[in-house]
Amino acid sequence: MPDAGFLDRSRIVAPAHWSRWLVPPAALSIHLAIGQAYAWSVFKDPLSATLLKGSSWAGTLSALPFTLGIVMLGISAAVFGTAVDHRGPRWAMVVATTCFGAGFLISAAGMALGQYWLVVVGYGFVGGIGLGIGYISPVSTLIKWFPDRPGLATGIAIMGFGGGALIASPWSTSLLTTFGGSGAHAQAGGIAKTFLVMGIGYAIFMSLGWLLIRVPADDWAPAGWDPALVREKPLVTSANVSARNAIRTPQFWLLWVVLCFNVTAGIGILERAAPIYQDFFKGDTPAKTLTATAAGFVAILSLANMLGRFIWSTTSDVVGRKNIYRFYLGAGAVLYLVLLFAGNANKAIFLIAAMLILSFYGAGFATVPAYLRDLFGTFEVGAIHGRLLTAWSVAGVLGPIIVDAIADKQKAAGLSGTDLYTLSFRIMIGLLIVGFVCNELIKAVDPKFHEPAGGRAVAKEAA
Amino acid sequence: MSQASRPAPSPARIVITVVAWLWVLVPFLYGVWQLLIKVVPLFSG
Repeated sequence: MPDAGFLDRSRIVAPAHWSRWLVPPAALSIHLAIGQAYAWSVFKDPLSATLLKGSSWAGTLSALPFTLGIVMLGISAAVFGTAVDHRGPRWAMVVATTCFGAGFLISAAGMALGQYWLVVVGYGFVGGIGLGIGYISPVSTLIKWFPDRPGLATGIAIMGFGGGALIASPWSTSLLTTFGGSGAHAQAGGIAKTFLVMGIGYAIFMSLGWLLIRVPADDWAPAGWDPALVREKPLVTSANVSARNAIRTPQFWLLWVVLCFNVTAGIGILERAAPIYQDFFKGDTPAKTLTATAAGFVAILSLANMLGRFIWSTTSDVVGRKNIYRFYLGAGAVLYLVLLFAGNANKAIFLIAAMLILSFYGAGFATVPAYLRDLFGTFEVGAIHGRLLTAWSVAGVLGPIIVDAIADKQKAAGLSGTDLYTLSFRIMIGLLIVGFVCNELIKAVDPKFHEPAGGRAVAKEAA
Repeated sequence: MSQASRPAPSPARIVITVVAWLWVLVPFLYGVWQLLIKVVPLFSG
């Protein structure tokens, strides 16, 4: 474990010749690892077949480590956001690596000892803290390195979070098969070995992040970039607002609603993607073929989610943050309307609409750090971002409740096929319209919330 | 505010940059490839 000096922000101020293009891979090494969380479902069946065998709550219990992990992500991002900004990205990345890796190792011990609570505490609680700190760790650093293209920079990193599941899903499936942790004769020891290898593997992989990360010197700017141009754009401030003051502004809460409802609308399809596809296109398709094509639908939505993070976030650097959210929310509502009216009449239209909705879902996450930087400056943008992520936690509960509960109720009422989703899609349109209105209400932050000149330097010295 | 100088990149810096990007891109492309394999039935079914 490196000493405190090694982790100190002053040790990672980049020399003049340092390339800022070394920062995105450092950020990606963290986000590609912690994005594993989205692939937790791979472990559900093996856990249900081993430690949870015979439990009538196996389905719920096997999801518990993931659920707790996402809750801890929101809490730790909000609680430790200020520490991440003040202590610097290397400290944050080392903590994230330690917690995320330790989470797997504790889970491995839990499987080996037959103690499921250790899996919940290890992956969910300890690993979840790693998720939250890791998620926000590179954001403010990237924004400072790319003041000319903050949307591109955060888009790359947060695309990594979406891409993490793409790596983790086949990798963990392969490890489970190799160690005998899956299938009809799944062994708890096989799952333990899988957790062990993943914990060590991710710790090594994430090390690139804290070894490579650098912060720019205070007087650094990209060659040819004129900060005066930033001030000419509406809604882009050159002042700074502290995290404590940011949550007192209407802009923060309007953006909180925008993010929450944009995420809810995406989760509405993402969380129930395979059943939605099967309900829309069941027809005369054989069950086996329908299952395979539904899996393909889930995969293509993951791809759209991931690519949207990069493409739309990068586009926001050109068209502006407020305009791009108009597009996510307005076009999202129209696309849900298309799904309502087109139903299962045209598969191509269904696929394109669903993919675009998921691309806006991912893009909402990727663009929001740059929107925060525009409104509140770079001073404590990581901490403000951490507080805003509580909207994600709320949306994570709201989206599935709306879609699942309504679909179950409609099914109980004797409805089937596309009719199961008519009401929930209408609700999603309503949420997107509310989000659109909130985005329209976002204006420049009142100067009374700005830090006094020199406040940034004082805060750094105090940290 | 000073502008960043742009000296010619040293061979060591080029190597670090290439290794760093390969470190993240290789597993990422493996994941994308595995995903594309799953997508095929959607268009062939």
